[in-house]
Amino acid sequence: MTLLGHLSLWLALFVGLWGAITGFAGGLQGRADLQQSARHAVFAMFAALALATICLEVAIFRHDFNVQYVAAYTSRNLPTFYLWSALYAGQKGSLLFWATVLSLFATLAQVLTSGRHRAYLPFVAAVTCTVATFFVLVMVFAANPFERLAYTPVDGSGMNPQLQNPGMVFHPPMLYLGYISITIPFAFAIAALLSKKLDVDWLVAIRKWTLVSWLFLAIGLLIGMWWAYVELGWGGYWAWDPVENVALLPWLVMTAFLHSVMVQEKRGMLKKWNLALVLGAWLLSIFGTFLTRSGVIASVHSFTQSPVGYFFLGFLLLAAGSTIVLYVIRLPLLEAEATLESMVSREASFLFNNLLFIGLAFSVLWGTLYPILSEWLQGTKVTVGPPFFNLVNIPLGLALLALTGIGPLIAWRRASIPNLQRQFAVPAVTGLFVLLILLVAGMREIGPLIAIGLGGFVTATVFQEFGRGARARHRQYGEPLVLAVLRLVARNRRRYGGYIVHMGMVLLFVAFAGMAFKTETQATLRPGESATLRSPYGQVYTFTHLGISQYDALNRRVTAALVDVSRDGKPVGRLKTEKRQHVDALGRNTFEASTEVGIRSGLREDLYVVLGGLVNGTEQAVYRFTINPLVWWVWFGGFVLVGGGLIVLWPGGGSPAVRRTQAGYAVKLESKQ
Amino acid sequence: MNVDRRGFVVAVVATLGAVVQDSLAGSGPAGKVADPASAGRPLGPTSAADIDAAYQAIEKQLKCSCGCGLDIYTCRTTDFNCTYSPGLHAHVVALAQEGKTAQQIIDAFVAQYGQQVLMAPPRRGFNLVGYLFPSVLVLVAAGFLLVTLRRWTRVAAAEAVAAGPAVTGHVDASSAELERLRRELERLPS
Repeated sequence: MTLLGHLSLWLALFVGLWGAITGFAGGLQGRADLQQSARHAVFAMFAALALATICLEVAIFRHDFNVQYVAAYTSRNLPTFYLWSALYAGQKGSLLFWATVLSLFATLAQVLTSGRHRAYLPFVAAVTCTVATFFVLVMVFAANPFERLAYTPVDGSGMNPQLQNPGMVFHPPMLYLGYISITIPFAFAIAALLSKKLDVDWLVAIRKWTLVSWLFLAIGLLIGMWWAYVELGWGGYWAWDPVENVALLPWLVMTAFLHSVMVQEKRGMLKKWNLALVLGAWLLSIFGTFLTRSGVIASVHSFTQSPVGYFFLGFLLLAAGSTIVLYVIRLPLLEAEATLESMVSREASFLFNNLLFIGLAFSVLWGTLYPILSEWLQGTKVTVGPPFFNLVNIPLGLALLALTGIGPLIAWRRASIPNLQRQFAVPAVTGLFVLLILLVAGMREIGPLIAIGLGGFVTATVFQEFGRGARARHRQYGEPLVLAVLRLVARNRRRYGGYIVHMGMVLLFVAFAGMAFKTETQATLRPGESATLRSPYGQVYTFTHLGISQYDALNRRVTAALVDVSRDGKPVGRLKTEKRQHVDALGRNTFEASTEVGIRSGLREDLYVVLGGLVNGTEQAVYRFTINPLVWWVWFGGFVLVGGGLIVLWPGGGSPAVRRTQAGYAVKLESKQ
Repeated sequence: MNVDRRGFVVAVVATLGAVVQDSLAGSGPAGKVADPASAGRPLGPTSAADIDAAYQAIEKQLKCSCGCGLDIYTCRTTDFNCTYSPGLHAHVVALAQEGKTAQQIIDAFVAQYGQQVLMAPPRRGFNLVGYLFPSVLVLVAAGFLLVTLRRWTRVAAAEAVAAGPAVTGHVDASSAELERLRRELERLPS
C-alpha cells in the first residue's frame, strides 16, 4: 500500500503541474480544450491524493511500523479514535491531509460554481493546482509520509498524550479546513485579476467560500481554545503562542473582508481594498504554515525543525511577489463607482471597523515577529508573552467591540442627527446602566468594566434591531412576535445572522473579561484534608482530598485523585483529576506522565482541579485549585458565533429589499459596460 | 508460622487501626500507592513559599527555561514534570530571603539569563517603540482615513451640486412631514 501511496503522490505531482499549466494557458488564450484539460486535472489530482490518503490510513490501521510515520505517531494499543487523527498528528501526514483537502475543495469549486462564473474556472483550476502541487512537491522531496525504515519496530512510539483528546481530533482538521478553503477565494481573486473581470461577479462566486473559511477558522480556533483549557492544565485557553497567533491572523482579515465586501456589493466601493484582503488572508495562511513548520519561532505547537520550512519560505516569497505584481498592474481597473456621501454613514463605520481588524491583525503579527525583529535590530533576544499582547491588543479589541455596536446603528449613505439620536438612545443608556451596576457592585478593574459595559451596549443594539424588525413584521403581516423574529432571520439571513455573530462576540468578550478575576491556590493534602478558596463572588469553596486510586485503562496506567467539593459548606459534587502514564503494547512507558484536569463547569465559574503529583509515592497529593469565572460563556459564545455564521451561510434567504439593492447595482454595472 | 490468640488480636487491631487512621481526616501518614512510578515525578509538600502571592507576582514576569513558553509560576503549577521551574522558583525564593526586592530579583534574573527571561520586553528604549508602534500605526491610519473620507465626501458633495437636484418637481409636504418620511425610510431594513 505504501508503494501505491508513493506512486499516487508522484501522479498527483505531474497531474497538478499539468493542471496548473493548462489552466493558466487555457484561461489566457481562451482555449476550451486546455480549459477542459485543467478541469479534469483537478479531478484527477483529487483522486490521486485521496488514494494516497487511504494508503496512509491503511498503513496506520494495519500498524505497519515499517513506515516511519506510522511508527513515530501511533502504537498498537492506540485507541481507534486516535488512529484516525494520527493522519494529521505529524508533519508529513498533515501535509498529505492538507493537499488532499485542498484538491477536494478545488474539485468542489469546479463542480459547484454556477455557469455565470465559469470564465474564472480555468484560472481557479490553475491556482488550486499550483498550490496543491507545491504541497505534493514538499512531500515528495522533503517529507514523504510513506518513507520506510530500515527495520520494523515491534511497536510504535505512540501518540503524544496531549493529542489524545477529542479536542485534538477536531481542532487541527477544522483549522486546516479554514486555512485550506481560503485558497478558493484567493484563486477566484487571482482569476478576476488575470481575466480582468473585476466587478462583483467574483465576489458573488466566493461569498460562500469566504464564509465557509471564516467559519472553519472560527470553529478550529474555538476547539483549540477548549482543548488547551481541558488538556494543558494551566487553566487558560489562550496564551498568545506564535502558532495560535498565526491562526488568528487570517480569521481577523477574513472578518474584515466579510464586512467591507458589503460596501462593494451595495455601493461599488472598496474594490482595491477587498481584493487586497482576500489576497492578504491567503498569504497569511501560508505565512502561518511556514511559521508552524519551519521552527523559525519557538512554539510549543511547532513541528520539529525541518527543511520543509525553506520550501514554504520560497513558496511564500514567490507567491507574495507574483500576487503583489499582478495586483499593482490591475489597480487602474479597480476604481470605485461611487464616493462616500457622509462621514457619518454605515460605509464609513465599516472602514473604521476594517481599520481596527487590520490593526489588530498587524498588532498580533508584530508581537509574534518582534523577537526576531529585536534580535536583528538591537541584537537582543526578547520574549513576547501575554503581558505584551494584552497591553497592546486589549484596547484595540475593545474599540472593535464598540464598533460592533456602533456600525449597525448608522444608516447607509448618510445618517441624520435625529436618526442617530433615535438609534443610539437605548443602547447607550443600557451600556451606561450596566457600567453603573458594575461600579455599584464594587468592580474597579478598568478593562473588564469597559468590556462588560460595551457588552451591554452591543447587546442592546442587537435586541433593538431584532425588536424593530419583528415589530415591523408584526404590524405589516400580523405575525406573532416569535414567528416574526424567525421569519425576519429567515428572510434576511445575512443581516440577522451577522447580528447573532455580534452577540457571540459580546459573550466572548465578557467571558474573556471574567478571567481577570481568576483565583487559585496550591495545596498538599492527605486523604480527608481540605483546602479552601474564595471565589470572586465571595463564596468559599472547600476541596477535600478523598484518596488516590490506580488502575489500567486502554493504553495507560491511571492514578486518579478524587476531590469532594462544597460551597459555603453545602456539597457541590466530586471532581476527579488524573495522572496518566501512557504505555505501549509491551507495557513500556511511551511518554512522561501527563495530567488530566478535573473541571466542574458552571454559568458563574469553573472549578479547575489539577493533580500535580504525589508526595513520596503516598496518597498525600499536591493539587492546584483554580476558580475561573465565566469560562462556560466562552464556549456558549462560540456556539452562538458559529450558529450565527451558519445562518448567514445557509442557502437561500435574502430579503426582497436586499435582492433589489444588489440587483440594482448589477443593472447599474451592466448599463455601464 | 504460629500465631497465638493475643498476637492475632493485636495484629487485627493494628491493621484496622491503620485502615481507620488512613481514612481519617489528616490524622496520620497517607498509605503508599501501588505504583508510585506511574504517578509522575515525586513531589514534596507545598511550602508557604510555593503559595506566596509576592513570589507568584515575580514569577509571573519571568519565563521558565524548559521551552514551554510559560512563566515560572504557571509552569511549576501546570507541568509538574518540569525539572526547571522548581529550581527557578527556589532561586526566586532564595533571592527574596536575601532581602532583595522584586525588581532586584527580576534584575538578577535578567543579568543571569538575558532579557529573554522576561515574559515581555521592558518598556524602555527600542522596546518602547515595539509596544507603541501598533497603536500609533492604527492612530495614524485612522487620521489618514479621516482625511481621505473628508476628501471623498467633499467630492461627492461637489458632484451632487454639479448634477443639480435629483427631483425637480415641487414636493407638497411640510418640513415636519418630510422629516417623518425620512424617519420611516430609515426604519426600513437596509
